[in-house]
Amino acid sequence: MKAFWRDLAARWRAGAPAVPEGWQASLGSDRFRLAREADWARLERIVGLLEKGRPRAIADADLLALPGLYRQAASALAVARGTMLDAAVQAYLEALVQRAWFQLYGPNIGLGGWLAGFLAGGWPRAVRALAVDIAICLIVLALGTAVGWLLCAADPQWFGALVGDMAQGRNPAASPAALRATLFGHTQESGLSVLAAYLFGHNAQIALLEFALGFVVGVPSLLLLVQNAALLGAFLWLFAGAGLLPEAAGWLAVHGTTELFALVLAAAAGLHMGRAVAFPGRAGVLEAVSAAGRRAALVMLGVVAMLFVAGLLEGFARQLIEPTAARMALGGLMLVLWLAYFGLVGRGGEAP
Amino acid sequence: MTPSDAAERLLQTAEGVTLRLRLAGRGTRLGALLLDLALQGLVLGALALALLGIARGLGGGKAAGGALQALFVLWLLASFVLRNAWFLGFELGPRGATPGKRMLGLRIATRDGSRLTADRVLARNLLREVELSAPLAVPGLLGTSGGAHGLGWSMAAGLAWLVLFAGLPLFNRDRLRPGDIVAGTWVVEAPHRRLAAALSVPQGPAGGPYRFSAAELAAYGEYELGVLEKVLREGAPAPMAAVAGAIAARIGWHPPADAEEIHAFLLAYYTQLRGRLEAGMQLGHRRASKHAPPR
Repeated sequence: MKAFWRDLAARWRAGAPAVPEGWQASLGSDRFRLAREADWARLERIVGLLEKGRPRAIADADLLALPGLYRQAASALAVARGTMLDAAVQAYLEALVQRAWFQLYGPNIGLGGWLAGFLAGGWPRAVRALAVDIAICLIVLALGTAVGWLLCAADPQWFGALVGDMAQGRNPAASPAALRATLFGHTQESGLSVLAAYLFGHNAQIALLEFALGFVVGVPSLLLLVQNAALLGAFLWLFAGAGLLPEAAGWLAVHGTTELFALVLAAAAGLHMGRAVAFPGRAGVLEAVSAAGRRAALVMLGVVAMLFVAGLLEGFARQLIEPTAARMALGGLMLVLWLAYFGLVGRGGEAP
Repeated sequence: MTPSDAAERLLQTAEGVTLRLRLAGRGTRLGALLLDLALQGLVLGALALALLGIARGLGGGKAAGGALQALFVLWLLASFVLRNAWFLGFELGPRGATPGKRMLGLRIATRDGSRLTADRVLARNLLREVELSAPLAVPGLLGTSGGAHGLGWSMAAGLAWLVLFAGLPLFNRDRLRPGDIVAGTWVVEAPHRRLAAALSVPQGPAGGPYRFSAAELAAYGEYELGVLEKVLREGAPAPMAAVAGAIAARIGWHPPADAEEIHAFLLAYYTQLRGRLEAGMQLGHRRASKHAPPR
């Protein structure tokens, strides 16, 4: 604990006291150090400013000298290790070179610039790199929906088991009129923006979980997708029974094309990572997982953005647009937009 | 060069210099995480208080209801962004560390010594979900179907999850959590040292009134020199007297009497011993400690 406070205090204190004029070090290795410590202090000052995120405060001359100063300090460290027995100087140089190395070889792009590159091509490229996984997840989605429908058709008891407390009055016992009321007539509803924000946060956390579960060989990602697909199938079965299938499809399509797409991408990202865990190929497991994980993480950031759009559509557009045809058109338009974006944007770049 | 202990990793820079990185301690990392969560809580709490203040200022009425809603939406979005972007934004910064990590002197780095890129930082932080939220979410996912009995099982499942994934850093040599494995990163100490004074400076070339013969300087090696340097730099009287007494006894001198004399004696012995050992280094002779045979 004492050492912790001493280290903390050392971060704020200045460096070594200057050597008085005319004094001479008696050791050659200390003379070596005294001849260079002004350069080290200069490097330390520049690195400190870079760490504070204030590169503009660095003078042009300092910026030009930075690579040279860094190499000098690195070579001084190598010399000190071979010729010098001053532990304090070695520790100082070790820390200084490390800090400079992290700055020189650190992320060379800010969050803003990186995001721009991400939208202009990084994201669609990452999605295209997951084509196989997306295909698998689409098949799983279709199968899951069919299973949900067929289970409910065979035995309506399944509806309660699949949907649970998300039904909110939508159950096989409800009259067609009551079911219709859940699809339409929310135009006057207040609190739409709250609903949108809540839905976004909720869905985004589910999608992140779906991705993160991919770490466990991808199986939980697929299970979660199947669960959601079966839920979808059960709902469609319920409304089809009341003769409301097109209306229900329209109600879903407004945000569903975006949201289901995002969920499929999230599951595909999880599966992609899971496949690397199970079948790393020629690379070691750690390298394979790390490469796949970075691709999948790019896709996931996009998924969160898509879910934000879906939350807006679900919270606002669905409640404000009533005609089924208009709902279908909006949902279809969103699907076409996403497909065009993922299929066409950023074709020239290098796949992640 | 070989790592000196289990927590040290070597990193070869492009210039051919090997840097020694120290892996962060597991407890320190947990502390950094708790600090970050506490700071997030503080920020969200302050935001909530500020928004409440604004809401109170609005008074009643229909227009105020709409504004209230907007404030609530703002808070919901802010909490989501804060929860997910806190680690991402800070670790992408020039320090490669969240405020919690920075306070405890840690940072993240790539395992292979390559550039720390945005997608790596993204991957390691998205996986945080599997460690932090999943153990809490698993009971929710499983517990919906089974009632009280199911809840017990799902609690057990959540606990097992926690042990397996949140505890992963306990089970591997590099202290990687799942996010580190996926992103190819690890968490290391970010040393920050100031340059200590040069000990051999104040005496001039002769080394003061003390002169030690080659045989007297052959009594010790590099390890003892390191201990002597530490004692001199800390400057506490009791250890200095003890060390001075031990050296004097070993080389057959009378122990120095008062504090000033002790300091001069130790400084002179340090400087001359270091000079002799460093001269040996130039010729390729190294002596690790007093137990190694003198050349």
